[in-house]
Amino acid sequence: MEALEIARWQFGVTTVYHFLMVPLTIGLGLTVAVMQTAWYRTGKDQYLRMTKFWGKLFLINFIMGVATGLVQEFQFGMAWSEYSRFVGDVFGAPLALESLLAFFVESIFLGLWIFGWGRLPKAIHLLSIWAASLATMGSAYFILAANSWMQHPVGVEMIDGRPVMVDIWAVLTNNTLLVAYPHTLFGAFSVAGGFLLGISWYHLWKRRRDEIDTVGPDGKVIVGSKPAIGRDAADHKVWLRSLRIGAVVAMVSFGGVALTGDLQSKLMFEQQPMKMAAAEAACHDGTGFSILSVGDLGSNDCDDLVAVVELPGLLSFLANGDFTTEIRGINSLLPEYQEKFGTHLPDNPIYGERAGTEIDYVPVMEVTYWGFRMMITFGMLAAGAALIALWIVRKGTVPQSKWLMRLAVFGILAPFGANSAGWIFTEMGRQPFVVAPNPDPNGIDNVFMFTAAAVSPGVSLAELIFSLAAFALVYGVLLVVEVKLLFAYCRGGVPSAMPELLHEDKDDDGDEGPGRRKDDDDVLAFAY
Amino acid sequence: METLPTLWFIIIAFFWTGYLFLEGFDLGVGMLMRGFARNNTERRVLLNTVGPVWDGNEVWLVTAGAATFAAFPHWYASLFSALYLPLVFVLLALIFRAVAFEYRGKMDSDRWRNAWDWAIVLGSLVAAFGVGAMLALTTTGLPLNENGDRVGGPFAWFNGYAVLGGLAVVFFCIVHAAAFLALKTDGDIRTRARKLLLRWLPVALLPLALWAVAVVVAGGKSVTYVTLLLAVLGAAFAWMMARRERDGWSFGGLGVFLLAGTATIFTAVFPNVLPSTIDSAYNLTVTSASSSDYTLGVMSVIAAFGIPAVLVYQGYTYWVFRKRVSASSIPAAHAVVPQ
Repeated sequence: MEALEIARWQFGVTTVYHFLMVPLTIGLGLTVAVMQTAWYRTGKDQYLRMTKFWGKLFLINFIMGVATGLVQEFQFGMAWSEYSRFVGDVFGAPLALESLLAFFVESIFLGLWIFGWGRLPKAIHLLSIWAASLATMGSAYFILAANSWMQHPVGVEMIDGRPVMVDIWAVLTNNTLLVAYPHTLFGAFSVAGGFLLGISWYHLWKRRRDEIDTVGPDGKVIVGSKPAIGRDAADHKVWLRSLRIGAVVAMVSFGGVALTGDLQSKLMFEQQPMKMAAAEAACHDGTGFSILSVGDLGSNDCDDLVAVVELPGLLSFLANGDFTTEIRGINSLLPEYQEKFGTHLPDNPIYGERAGTEIDYVPVMEVTYWGFRMMITFGMLAAGAALIALWIVRKGTVPQSKWLMRLAVFGILAPFGANSAGWIFTEMGRQPFVVAPNPDPNGIDNVFMFTAAAVSPGVSLAELIFSLAAFALVYGVLLVVEVKLLFAYCRGGVPSAMPELLHEDKDDDGDEGPGRRKDDDDVLAFAY
Repeated sequence: METLPTLWFIIIAFFWTGYLFLEGFDLGVGMLMRGFARNNTERRVLLNTVGPVWDGNEVWLVTAGAATFAAFPHWYASLFSALYLPLVFVLLALIFRAVAFEYRGKMDSDRWRNAWDWAIVLGSLVAAFGVGAMLALTTTGLPLNENGDRVGGPFAWFNGYAVLGGLAVVFFCIVHAAAFLALKTDGDIRTRARKLLLRWLPVALLPLALWAVAVVVAGGKSVTYVTLLLAVLGAAFAWMMARRERDGWSFGGLGVFLLAGTATIFTAVFPNVLPSTIDSAYNLTVTSASSSDYTLGVMSVIAAFGIPAVLVYQGYTYWVFRKRVSASSIPAAHAVVPQ
């Protein structure tokens, strides 16, 4: 075991975890803003309820993203000091822009939104959720600008062995960024879509289980009402509308993800051909997309691999838009990388124990091959399920089947899986580089850094093991807590986010229920 | 002396000062959640004085870190990697604290609230101590080699300055929070906050003053004697105003103390950003640690728009939530509906 391995595991674990919260925050934030806008414009009760309910879940998730995001920003310096020194001139700027232009807006306006119910004028309150939501998307832009630079370094000149920024505009309009950004946003919206769909399905199902809603002879829903537990007719509207919004969002996002993903992969075949070859476990040049390759992927040895099922021409289509261009495989790329970047790491103390060892230019194929396929499969499953769900609820409710309900709830995980798989693929596929060199006909692109040189030389293995264990433990505990809380609030339904729904009757009697102070100016409308 | 790196040194010092001033009181309020606050309602009063603003305050830390990365990558890399373990604890503390703020009121159970209370208390304490230690060490030095890497193992950073800086920020946060609570609450809590402030202010500000004196003695410039005096005057003013129960003025006095104190410290160490205790030739300075002029120039343009904008809309939230919070303004506990 060496420090580099642990540092990489730590970055992977903390980042994948952070990115469970991020897409839901981005996707749900915009959804809630749209719902509140609908309430602002129509004044309809169901939109207020939707805003409050989904807003509550949004907040439970949001805070975890904020908290784990701190680690992201600190750990470059902590565990990757050589990387930070090498790229600081160009990489730090987007991060600083992110906090100054986006993160401030996000945090401050969300504070206004959370505590502003009943205190801010309605229009300002609406504006604050929009500001926060747009800022989360702004954050994503800057962070992806930083990441895209690692995938495709632009806007710099090498001076004294370090990339020095000469063109911020090039960094902020990196073609890698321009496709990665919509791809990531659509990915985030698909997460929110699945989330809305699954939870709404559960509530429609529960209304049927409790025989509040029934189905008439024509198959159409007959909406019932049990206001005492907050499940009146408006409650049905909340879930049906949320479900439909979720399904449509999931399908549209899948379309967006597929389109931008196609552009992205074409770009990647140019920029990082080895990554795409490894995604295919494609050893030899060819045109076919592998549906199933067998052999020992783990050995990372091309001789052990056999493509069992291939779709001829599809790979060429993904890379080039035709069916005939030969796409280069690992065997023909490898000598090129070795010639350009050497066969062995230089004998420089910066590489630690790895100095002088042979460089493996082929990413871990088990991960890239299956990561790529999991991303696509989960994405397609989610979109297909959304389409079917939309058809099933055409008459206003869901079937009584418990298994179908469980499937819908379980399906929430699919877009999360697609997001994680995509990121793991793209980051592991960049190895052994942390800043990937791109073959560039203009010859300005010789900016790269081996991951082996990026880790902090002064930080010991013991420190890294300790921190990895500590983060893993704390993140694990907090994930359990978050999921527990999300479950409780999901089960509780709208009244959990709007306790006043349950106490309205009592108010009229002058009863001393918890909702009694609703009209009292001094009492906070919302308090921690 | 180069203009842009110096400007960015000032901007980063400004971010750190802003962080200590703003998050200072919400960290302090966090530490007072147990002991000072006697029951759940009082704890909720405390929590809700900072509820709408703490997250925005914390972004000052994020921005200080990110700006350091962008403007002085070598400073960022050396400082953060040298202080690896303490920063792990700072991060864990901030994570627990953030989640606790948001989650504490989301279940109606004593066990739940208890656990999150302690997460807030300990999280605030550890975060404040860690940030203080880090700032003290960046001004007094770390055992760094030629490459800017720590030598001497995981605890090589530990010394008296780390403890002094840690205590300085923790104590400052507590009195700052007391002044803030006197300003933001009503009733019994307000009275007790005033008492706390009056009794502890002179003692609590000592470590920060000592730290400032230490760096001034080591490398002070004439102007730092002026700022040091200003800091002492600010503290004395805060204390006098606390005696007269002029809460706003005493809070302001603490602000002057902090601003003058950090100005003293950062000015005294300039142009060093992180001295090496091994060899002064390895010191990281404003020029040796900085990014290129192009990068700093771009960032300056953006900061020229970004910072005033932040001040305006952050100021607006403080204005929106300017009302005092007291026990009578706390609504009933918000329980999730069991179904």
